[in-house]
Amino acid sequence: MTTSLLDTVGEKLKAKFGEGIIYSEQQYDFPVFTVGIHSIYDVLKFLKEDDEMGYTFLTTMCGLHYPNHAGKEIGVMYQLHNMQKNLRIRLKTFVSVNEPKVPTVTTLFPTANWMERQEYDFFGIQFIGHPNLKRILNMDEMTAFPMRKEFPLEDGTRDDKDDKMFGR
Amino acid sequence: MSTKNNTNIATEQEKEYTTLNLGPTHPATHGIFQNVLKMDGEIVMDGESTVGYIHRAFEKIAEHRPYYQITILTDRLNYCSSPINNMGWHLTVEKLLKIEIPKRVQYLRVIIMELARISDHIICNSVVGVDTGAMTGFLYIFQLRENIYDIFEELCGARLTTNIGRIGGLERDFTPRAWELIDIFIKKFEPALKEFENLLIRNRIFMDRVIDCGPITAEKALAYGFTGPNLRAAGVDYDVRVMNPYCSYEEFDFTIPVGTNGDTYDRFMVREQEMWESLKIVKQAIEKVKKEPAGVFHADVPEFYLPPKEEVYNNMEALIYHFKIVMGESDVPVGEVYQAVEGGNGELGFYLISDGGRTPYRMHIRRPCFIYYQAYTDMIKGGMLSDAILTMSSMNVIAGELDA
Repeated sequence: MTTSLLDTVGEKLKAKFGEGIIYSEQQYDFPVFTVGIHSIYDVLKFLKEDDEMGYTFLTTMCGLHYPNHAGKEIGVMYQLHNMQKNLRIRLKTFVSVNEPKVPTVTTLFPTANWMERQEYDFFGIQFIGHPNLKRILNMDEMTAFPMRKEFPLEDGTRDDKDDKMFGR
Repeated sequence: MSTKNNTNIATEQEKEYTTLNLGPTHPATHGIFQNVLKMDGEIVMDGESTVGYIHRAFEKIAEHRPYYQITILTDRLNYCSSPINNMGWHLTVEKLLKIEIPKRVQYLRVIIMELARISDHIICNSVVGVDTGAMTGFLYIFQLRENIYDIFEELCGARLTTNIGRIGGLERDFTPRAWELIDIFIKKFEPALKEFENLLIRNRIFMDRVIDCGPITAEKALAYGFTGPNLRAAGVDYDVRVMNPYCSYEEFDFTIPVGTNGDTYDRFMVREQEMWESLKIVKQAIEKVKKEPAGVFHADVPEFYLPPKEEVYNNMEALIYHFKIVMGESDVPVGEVYQAVEGGNGELGFYLISDGGRTPYRMHIRRPCFIYYQAYTDMIKGGMLSDAILTMSSMNVIAGELDA
């Protein structure tokens, strides 16, 4: 059933947004669509507001960081749920690390408010139009974005935890 | 007529609001929560929540640990029902690895999870009682939570942060003593919960205090991403156990209680009823376990499930697998999974990206508390300060889950 969901939703999205849908794949029980940054807001709006779609519930969203994907280092994952038909889909969009700007979806889903603040806090993703974009879990004085891959887990100056055999 | 000197009623412009700092360590908030409230007398006009006081960077730490070492991080999310979090993580990894879990193990897990749900709801509901001034119910029912912790102690050696189960099954079978303790608990729990309900649910003082306190509509609750008992109290019958069953929940006969107003009383009643449903599920699971072949407590996946210690010393294969698992050298498929379980507070989801390495490439936890707590200031606006306290305790916001 879920494989057909990939096709049905995929066809609809391709028909409506064409080039905006970059890639689609099935990951276990989830259809995953990679959407261009310029279309992401419209795609989410369409999925939420179109009568046939009805993906009205934003389950979760999270930031991603792939340092090796040049020009598309920073990503955002959205996971939507159509509660009436019990269908779930996942969307992804990628932007450059030099200009990590993503349109906010707080106007569509109020719950995205803190989720976006969290991803700003950890990945430095600028959500354009967010009403209150500031750090949420880390302290306000922090300058780094700790979930990015280059940020070390531990203080590099410590030598008491060095394990030559297995690494840390 | 000059109003300025003759009356105490101030006009809108000259009204002075008081800023009240509720928390971070306020005895009535049961955890580290800070809310800066704008007060007009005793009425809450506006507020801002500050979260992150016990942030421990679980998602970052998880990127540096082999899969089996992440279970202990999940313990510390919602520490009132850590077995559910543990199982959620095991299920996520098992989904990634496509491990088939034997039925008996699934039923044993259901018993553990439902006991954990009962202990979670005991805490929340009895604390709602305490916050309204009813200490007695709390004292009656908290003994039963102790009994659940005794069961967990018998099963895994720990009481609060359980680290229960392993990827592929459970670390050991239920002992005869554990079955005995579960029987004792079931016998003691029914009358105790009835007594607790007699004290509160038709109690006029309690009802006057909690009805219409911190209500939320279904539309708003969905927009704010509510899940679990708080969403069901608003009248939406969404439960992960029914919508996306895991651990064979589809085989069990239970109902999802729903409320209508989404106020403190409804949240209290939904949790109350859920405890009865959980008890029903536990009883059914015990019957189901009896029909399964005895002694099965893990799947046959030697490359991910640690062999018994005596075999490690005497058997070459077991030694190799032991080494591979402990060093995190077992091959993991590339892919991404999302697995949700119905936690004590709602949909607890784990989103895991594997690049085939020994640690997750990225792990994100959908923490229900974090998502619904953002509605808190909206819910207490226009109410009394004392209602704000009750709203928070009835929403069951757990600091560990909120701050990850």
